Amino acid sequence: MKRHNTLIVTVEDRPGVLNRVASLFRRRGYNIDSLTVGHTAEPGVSRMTVVVNADDDTVRRLEANLYKLVNVLLVENVHEKGAVLRDLALIKVRAGAAERAQVLQLLDVFRGRAVDVSADNLIIEIVGTPDKIDGLVKVLEPFGVLEMVRTGAVAMTRGAELRLVAAA
Amino acid sequence: MRLTGAQIIWETLVQEKVDVVFGYPGGAIMPAYDAMLEYPIRHVLVRHEQGAAHMADGYARASGRVGVCVATSGPGATNLVTGIATAMLDSSPIVCITGQVATALIGTDAFQETDVTGVTLPITKHNYLVTTAEEIGPTIREAFFIARSGRPGPVLVDITKDAQQASCDYTPTDQPVRLRGYRPDHSPGARELDKAIDLIRHSERPIVFCGHGVVAAEAGVLVRELAERLEIPVASTLLGLGGFPATHPLAMGMMGMHGEAWVNQAIQEADLIVALGMRFDDRVTGKLEAYAPRARKIHVDIDPSEIGKIVKVDVPIVADVGETVRAFLEKLRPATRQSWRERLAVLRGDSAVRDIVTLPDDGHLYAAHVMHDLWRLTEGKALVVTDVGQHQMWEAQYYKHDHPRKLITSGGLGTMGFALPAAIGARFAMPDEEVWVIVGDGGFQMTSSELSTCAQEGLKVNIALINNGFLGMVRQWQEFFYGRRYAATPLKNPDFVKLADAHGLLGLRVTKRDEIAAAVAAARADKGTVVIDFRVEQEDSVYPMVAAGADLGTMIRRPAKTVLAETGEDS
Repeated sequence: MKRHNTLIVTVEDRPGVLNRVASLFRRRGYNIDSLTVGHTAEPGVSRMTVVVNADDDTVRRLEANLYKLVNVLLVENVHEKGAVLRDLALIKVRAGAAERAQVLQLLDVFRGRAVDVSADNLIIEIVGTPDKIDGLVKVLEPFGVLEMVRTGAVAMTRGAELRLVAAA
Repeated sequence: MRLTGAQIIWETLVQEKVDVVFGYPGGAIMPAYDAMLEYPIRHVLVRHEQGAAHMADGYARASGRVGVCVATSGPGATNLVTGIATAMLDSSPIVCITGQVATALIGTDAFQETDVTGVTLPITKHNYLVTTAEEIGPTIREAFFIARSGRPGPVLVDITKDAQQASCDYTPTDQPVRLRGYRPDHSPGARELDKAIDLIRHSERPIVFCGHGVVAAEAGVLVRELAERLEIPVASTLLGLGGFPATHPLAMGMMGMHGEAWVNQAIQEADLIVALGMRFDDRVTGKLEAYAPRARKIHVDIDPSEIGKIVKVDVPIVADVGETVRAFLEKLRPATRQSWRERLAVLRGDSAVRDIVTLPDDGHLYAAHVMHDLWRLTEGKALVVTDVGQHQMWEAQYYKHDHPRKLITSGGLGTMGFALPAAIGARFAMPDEEVWVIVGDGGFQMTSSELSTCAQEGLKVNIALINNGFLGMVRQWQEFFYGRRYAATPLKNPDFVKLADAHGLLGLRVTKRDEIAAAVAAARADKGTVVIDFRVEQEDSVYPMVAAGADLGTMIRRPAKTVLAETGEDS
């Protein structure tokens, strides 16, 4: 059965590493829902959060294939584990003076905020789980969503820190 | 000491005990070639870079050591691509060193610039772009380590011209290479081992699969011990041939598309498969849904991504084959399997009767005759390098390899043109062995320019050219599946005897079976490379055959009646 799996992939920060990971997904025919990359607290180490829609068997093989990449340090599937998952979205929604208050009220419920206001639209910033952002987008749709950009999920396991395996 | 990047390349290669490299010079690699003259490494000038990659591959497969090829940037490097992909699919440890345009020119579409690390990304185990002299030494050492450890494979190191020209301090080191994200070694888990041992102990109709991993892990002796102690028959993949002695009473020979029908039938009846170092290629399984339906499966492989990729397994063991079999042997006591052996004898049935080799000479020359007689005449001891196609399958069927690393062939990628250059590489790895190339008339012409390399280097390889005037395997498929419409398969060939002669080499022609022995003797007696043009039956096919996508148990057999009719007997 297919479902969303979130993989935290810790990699060496070297030129071409993103290409290697992306190439692996393409080559083996995996579908990426989202992929984010950024630095970690450790110099020379970056971290990717990859969300894929795939069955358990496929994800297990994907993990094995990621491990084969020399620059990949650690792969963690945080689906089952307790993990904090966050996505950030900027949404431009149509809202003139008449609708503005109503939209702001909705934002309050979703803990989003308006970061820019013009005569007939608002730019909204929201941070939350991908589900929560989907929910906000749904209630904003009747007003008219003009533009949206999402970062894709980033994830972190709760409790003990991610263990980087020592060199082989 | 202060050295140029170019010198560091050779310093490191010498340190890695490289004695020969196969290559072709060009602009971006010229500093390295200039420095080469100061070092005790033999350079073999190829005629096309594809040949260089295959030679490194042949060297690696014959010896188990890392093979090295060198090429320039752009077209030099892209010509390596087929050879790199071949080494990748057959897990062969090679290191490719390519020149790259100067760092400042990268990305400008400079003369002979290609994004070689980009091009080779999916067909290398790993690759590097090196832009400073300081990085050259450590990177080449890493490349060798990665190429030969774990599941072996090709590694490419692309070095810019300015990095070769620059100087830096260089201190040789013999510290082991440590890579943070690379863990090539795996050991079998205790729980999986127990489960596997239990399955083996309680199986009644087991088969051991001997794959390329048995050869790569040098685990042949252990596999033989396992088979003998538990009386388990052993079937091999194409690349596993020789991992288990072909003339051993428990040897079943090759499985799969052109394996013997009874072997495939046995796999369909088996209750346990112990798959050692193989990857269930589609040429091995046939139709997956119908594959080995009664068998529990134990899959041992060093590469975790191979487990469960094609076939669902009951016991996955990610580990070295040798270490795993040794662990099996510690726990397993001798057993006999009389009824399974008897059943296999029944399955084997009439396959010997259908065998073309046992038929009386009818004046036709069959490729199978050539393989069989070559096996006899060389006492099964030759190092045989085959190309891809019908002759490759006939070789696998009729030349019985009793020792590992004595059959070198392009299995996974099926690269035509592989044989001659790979044999040249093998010749350097194994200077004392008798090397035979078995190649079709199609594949030979893809890399026959390497005959000049043989002549220039004074090399001795014997070439058995199986000449049927067709791209035989494709012709066979056209005969079986495309209503005999021979689209683009007939070949108008040059006179291969004259071609040999043009290179100053001995060329011989054989058209009848009774001429084989004399030609082979003449080839063996000659000091240089010899081409024997075997004019074989033009429209012979490889039997038996599992059609692509068909169930392994349903094979196209050699029509017994036709063969008997050819011999003039009446069924």
